[in-house]
Amino acid sequence: MALYSEKVMDHFRNPRNVGVLENADGVGEVGNAKCGDIMKIYLKIDRDTISDVKFETFGCGSAIASSSMATELIKGQPVSEALKLTNRAVAEALDGLPAHKLHCSVLAEEAIKAALKDYYDKNGIAYDESLFPAAHDCDHCGV
Amino acid sequence: MRIYADNAATTRMSQTAIQAMLPYFDRVYGNPSSLHSAGQEAMEALTSARERVAKVLGATAREIYFTSGGSEADNQAIRTAAILGKRKGKTHIISTAFEHHAVLHTLKKLEKEGFTVTYLDVHETGLITAGQVAEAITPETCLVTVMYANNEIGTIQPIREIGAVCRKAGVLFHTDAVQAVGHIPVNVDADNIDLLSLSAHKFHGPKGVGVLYARRGIVLQNLIEGGAQERGKRPGTENLAGIMGMTAALEEAVQDLDKTMPRLRDLRDRLIAGLAKIPHSALNGDATQRLPGNVNFCFEGIEGESLLLLLDDKGVCASSGSACTSGSLDPSHVLLAIGRPHEVAHGSLRLTLDRDTTEEEVDAIIRAVDEVVTYLRGMSPVWRDLMLGKRQFVID
Repeated sequence: MALYSEKVMDHFRNPRNVGVLENADGVGEVGNAKCGDIMKIYLKIDRDTISDVKFETFGCGSAIASSSMATELIKGQPVSEALKLTNRAVAEALDGLPAHKLHCSVLAEEAIKAALKDYYDKNGIAYDESLFPAAHDCDHCGV
Repeated sequence: MRIYADNAATTRMSQTAIQAMLPYFDRVYGNPSSLHSAGQEAMEALTSARERVAKVLGATAREIYFTSGGSEADNQAIRTAAILGKRKGKTHIISTAFEHHAVLHTLKKLEKEGFTVTYLDVHETGLITAGQVAEAITPETCLVTVMYANNEIGTIQPIREIGAVCRKAGVLFHTDAVQAVGHIPVNVDADNIDLLSLSAHKFHGPKGVGVLYARRGIVLQNLIEGGAQERGKRPGTENLAGIMGMTAALEEAVQDLDKTMPRLRDLRDRLIAGLAKIPHSALNGDATQRLPGNVNFCFEGIEGESLLLLLDDKGVCASSGSACTSGSLDPSHVLLAIGRPHEVAHGSLRLTLDRDTTEEEVDAIIRAVDEVVTYLRGMSPVWRDLMLGKRQFVID
């Protein structure tokens, strides 16, 4: 009967990895305040491994929970693994999201990838552009 | 402990209303249309309820039609005026941008059917003037429909003056009074109202029952075809228990208005003053032309659904106009209509008190909102940017 699974509520009430990383190796921000969701991911990367990750989110319960879960899924992982993160994996790890909230898991995936791309760009590391498809267009606010 | 502060959504039924309903489930259960004594007993109750409701509203019994609630009454009132108008070649309707969806969606449908609708600007206060209505009326206007009090921001329109303008111009005037009846004095005669909708569950009555008042001489157009109930205008066996509960709740709510209104206004203003202390927060809607129990705020840098969920964890039941809670991509059309930008409208909170709300509860709400807003701002990248000056505050 509840809107969200217990897992979503747990990550919403007790979000993991909230905060900011000073001197982050990669930072990614996606979303738009007009649409009601912004996610920002900070990565610390040591020897190709995500040694630390923090997030800040402006958004609904599922946006906060998706950010929290996404950071948990990539923390301690090699960059190559983090790049494979999908929105579906985030949603599944949360025991599902309501259909109209699935875009929150999409944002979480995009935020992680935006942060990884930023890391590559900052360090002049060559990468396959196809790994970073353009963030989905928001029909709603036209950004 | 739970503090219920969502009385604009629905109210707890009063004991008086519950007791008034009980005999009509298993003792007086006849069909009012039946000729036998069991039916006639029910018919007597129905007749008396109609008279009692009429008396409260300043109407006569034959002007009262029982419906399934406010939405049905809104639909039927607007359809009626549209059909009657079209017969005379009048296809223009005047309304406001922040009506309830029961009104707005009916109007949208009529627009597809060839009607033209003028949506008056409600300004940043959430109020229109009778002058705006007068200016908008044309020889083609068949209906003016303006809500008595807004369901989200609680602003009370100058209904009497608007009604007078309509009366003078010979245009039918409908008001969705779902949020007003039982909360402030409403009198169809003094207020120059031709058609009025109300809903029982907004004033501690049961759900699923309401009233359409139609001034004598207005021939209601059916939404439902069937039997002769409600003078043939609203067929279907009457929800007698609901009607009896509504009638009792209405009388109870209205008889104590002199006492409950000032008390509630004090609580409302205490809540507004407490929430206004939270930095970068703003009251939505006019501060005085406002329902006694309505408080609606925007808090910059946060989103409303997460605010609601965390308030619920602290025992406070509230509502929000954020897109995530409205079930659409856009935040509340009411907040957009009063000029709140999208990003601010997402961070809105509506708290609606009732006659049982206490000062202690109001103070607990203020503490809870303050804590949750501070917490959510702490993890908001929007708030961080605002604080760093990378983004401009909309609310000072």
